[in-house]
Amino acid sequence: MKSLSSLLAKTELSPRLVGMLAVLAAIWIGFDLVTDGLFVTPRNLYNLSVQTASVAVMATGMVFVIVMRHIDLSVGSLLGVLAMVMGVVQTQVLPSWLGFENPATWMLTLAAGLLLGLAIGGLQGYVIGFLGVPAFIVTLGGLLVWRGAAWWVTQGQTVAPLDSRFVLLGGGPGGTLGATWSWVAGGLAMAAALLAMARSRRGRRKHGFPLRPLWAEALVAGLLVAAIAGTVLVLDAYEVPQRAAERIWQTRGLGPLPEGYVMVHGLAISVVIVVVIAIVMTVVGRSTRFGRYVYATGGNPDAAQLAGIDTRLLTVKVFALMGALCAVSAAIASARLQSAANDLGTLDELRVIAAAVIGGTSLAGGVGTIYGAIIGALVMQSLQSGMAMVGVTASLQSIVIGVVLVLAVFVDQLYRRGREE
Amino acid sequence: MAEGPTPLVEMRGIEVAFGGVKAVDGVSLDLYAGEVVGLLGHNGAGKSTLIKVLSGAVPARAGEILIDGAAVRIASPQDARRHRIETIYQTLALADNLNAAANLFLGRELTTPTGLLDEERMEAETRRILARLNRNFDRFSTPVRSLSGGQRQSIAIARAVHFDARILIMDEPTAALGVQETAMVAELVRQLKAEGIGIFLISHDIHDVFDLSDRVTVLKNGRLVGTRRVAETTQDEVLAMIIQGEPPSSSRHPREGGDP
Ligand SMILES: Nc1ncnc2c1ncn2[C@@H]1O[C@H](COP(=O)(O)OP(=O)(O)OP(=O)(O)O)[C@@H](O)[C@H]1O
Ligand SMILES: [Mg+2]
Repeated sequence: MKSLSSLLAKTELSPRLVGMLAVLAAIWIGFDLVTDGLFVTPRNLYNLSVQTASVAVMATGMVFVIVMRHIDLSVGSLLGVLAMVMGVVQTQVLPSWLGFENPATWMLTLAAGLLLGLAIGGLQGYVIGFLGVPAFIVTLGGLLVWRGAAWWVTQGQTVAPLDSRFVLLGGGPGGTLGATWSWVAGGLAMAAALLAMARSRRGRRKHGFPLRPLWAEALVAGLLVAAIAGTVLVLDAYEVPQRAAERIWQTRGLGPLPEGYVMVHGLAISVVIVVVIAIVMTVVGRSTRFGRYVYATGGNPDAAQLAGIDTRLLTVKVFALMGALCAVSAAIASARLQSAANDLGTLDELRVIAAAVIGGTSLAGGVGTIYGAIIGALVMQSLQSGMAMVGVTASLQSIVIGVVLVLAVFVDQLYRRGREE
Repeated sequence: MAEGPTPLVEMRGIEVAFGGVKAVDGVSLDLYAGEVVGLLGHNGAGKSTLIKVLSGAVPARAGEILIDGAAVRIASPQDARRHRIETIYQTLALADNLNAAANLFLGRELTTPTGLLDEERMEAETRRILARLNRNFDRFSTPVRSLSGGQRQSIAIARAVHFDARILIMDEPTAALGVQETAMVAELVRQLKAEGIGIFLISHDIHDVFDLSDRVTVLKNGRLVGTRRVAETTQDEVLAMIIQGEPPSSSRHPREGGDP
């Protein structure tokens, strides 16, 4: 046992990451046994990935917010109002200039949503950072204000149908990369991961720092490549039904479906968005001044200030970033449902906070990882989908998830205490 | 008055109040290049508050600061850094969740040409600097939370001396250090002094202060009691100033041992 953990230490893989992946695996295998093999299927894992996307995107931003010792209770409502505004922009505002189904509509809609999200988040951040009102209160107010505003956008009317290109962001029919492009995306991800590892090793060798043993390096690289390849393989194994495939083929202007051709889903566009955002947010958090200051401020606000960091402006930026990520999630969520309703995102603030916290983000500030939050979101969604599949009632589902949240934080604290001694 | 060179720093009539309490009450003092001035006083005398005015961490209600004879405004830690004032705070001011290099370069990170943090270069520099202060230090990738008090203090000292300070403020820099490390800091102070840096040194160890300082200034209850040249006073006189808040009556004859 001891030698195993010392071997693990040599790989420099975070024990917390290993632990979280083990929990996720246990949940998947458990539900698979209970449902007689219905859980770990390409179809269900595909659905799981698409259902997790919206919360996962917001959870990456929530990590920064919580690391800075703040909280954002308004993200669900913000998602609602942004989805409504984007719905109106793409179905009423833009068509009056560009006509319906213009290829630029989805981009302009998304840009408008991002700008509004930045502005609303920045406004909340200003009140928190410069006027000194606690984030809990400001965003609790925001939770009410933006949910109300979501209703006002259309006086409560649901906006549908949405622009046909915008809808692809949700990963519905046609909104996937298919077999070939999924492999291209997976290959790019592998190349990027291996390159980053090689660069880091070269840098450390140049300065004569201790290196991890080559076998550990190879093991980590192998695991990464296997994980990416496995994901693509599984999602490529989920076939699109013949009828739907014919329709997609036609709308893309490719004529009739060739004889014997089997169309597969592959990575959903929303999942690609999650992966790209996760990589960008990880780089921002670890390798930019902005990210360094977010973590430093969370660790010791006074020290950050004495080091010349403008923590008030930093607060504005972090909440503005959170707002922009809410816009991305709003696009994914409304696109998946192919409509925007004013109750979209209700209770998402709790899912997002829970994802970040289950993923190891400490409410005391200064500690949290992007990959943790995404795995946390996946754990939550797996539990929810699995229980629904088994036929657990909604009320029991929320009881279980609530208990899991508390348990996760408790175990995490035990682990932290164990490490400090 | 026969004027010598202009002081590096002059603080005049500094006043700081927290609520109704005057933590610093009309204190004036100066510091020359290549000089060490020791600040002494009981707990709560106002030493840390006074030097925080100079480092931009605490706003003064009244008074002025001159650097090289010119009045300057120090309203933030950034202003102080611009005037090349570096501070080792009594609380160390470290972000506990970050490692040694991240703390050392906090606010002044080295970046690669692409604008990303250059972790390797920062770690290399950190190893080089810390080797001068604490030969046994080897925990570069752990968060400073899990380091010992002395190791943390070494990092705070390294940070203050690395960035070409002209004015160095050391608030109890050796409180947590072992004998060997304390000796290394003393050596460092002498070296920096020889390079022409002006140093304010706060310590409760009166022997250390006498050992390293050219002059000592005593505060009590936020007020200036007096300033003495170390060469012209005794530890007894200074102790009396700290405790009674005024020079002892016998201090008309400071060189008591030398009296005929
Ligand atoms: N942030 C603050 N808010 C309120 N009062 C403060 C604050 N900082 C210091 N004080 C008060 O100002 C006075 C001077 O404190 P200061 O820290 O300058 O003392 P010191 O001489 O450095 O003491 P020590 O030797 O214990 O470090 C004390 O009475 C203290 O209670
Ligand atoms: Mg003090």
